[in-house]
Amino acid sequence: MPKPAKGPRLGSGPAHEKLMLANLATSLFEHGRIKTTEAKARRLRPLAEKLITKAKRGDLAARRQVMTVVRDKSVVHTLFTEIGPRFADRPGGYTRITKIGPRHGDNAPMAVIELVAEAMGATTARGPAPSAAPASAPAAEPAKDEETAADDAVEAKDEAAADADSGDEAKAADDADTAEAAEASTDGDDDKAEDKK
Amino acid sequence: MAVPKRKMSRSNTRHRRSQWKTSAPALIRCPQCRDPKLPHTACPTCGTYNRRQVIDPA
Repeated sequence: MPKPAKGPRLGSGPAHEKLMLANLATSLFEHGRIKTTEAKARRLRPLAEKLITKAKRGDLAARRQVMTVVRDKSVVHTLFTEIGPRFADRPGGYTRITKIGPRHGDNAPMAVIELVAEAMGATTARGPAPSAAPASAPAAEPAKDEETAADDAVEAKDEAAADADSGDEAKAADDADTAEAAEASTDGDDDKAEDKK
Repeated sequence: MAVPKRKMSRSNTRHRRSQWKTSAPALIRCPQCRDPKLPHTACPTCGTYNRRQVIDPA
């Protein structure tokens, strides 16, 4: 027994549904993003992704199979020459559905289905906020380390040098020591000047 | 054909209809423009979803 297609039935018959989905796929590949009802977008997504997978394969047999759905030759050409190579390194998930709320008139839930434009690995949505936080955090941490090292140097130079035996911390401590020494020398000069006065 | 035996009283009708209630939609703040919007939906004010521009705001 054949398994029914996932999602709601569309149109007034199987032929109508097939034509509507084909037209939706054609419009999606022509324009890159289309606004439609959420039910149609949910039915369109698996069809469009299978067509893109065929476009990635790129041979004549795949092109003829796509031509049975998308009847427009120019759209098939753009699908095989532009859209397919663009998704070469993306293992599926070529489309994105974003709900945009109910439609005026019949309150139908509407959605935007679009071809994903971002490159693989690019964090698009939450990119700015978390990337800003870690970027600021590592910038802040070395400053804190230097400050703590400087404090240690202020408190006890010898202990700070002994604690920071390895690597950058030792260099930082040495820098802090030299800075502290310079400050101490200037302070001493000031003290001497004050003593002279 | 089965038909009602008696007229539905005004009281029973009104009791039944007193259960027709609406509920306020659960709204959240848009992270971009701070306006209230439906969850999991692009903001109708600024047209963004997850800080990505989805639609041109009306």
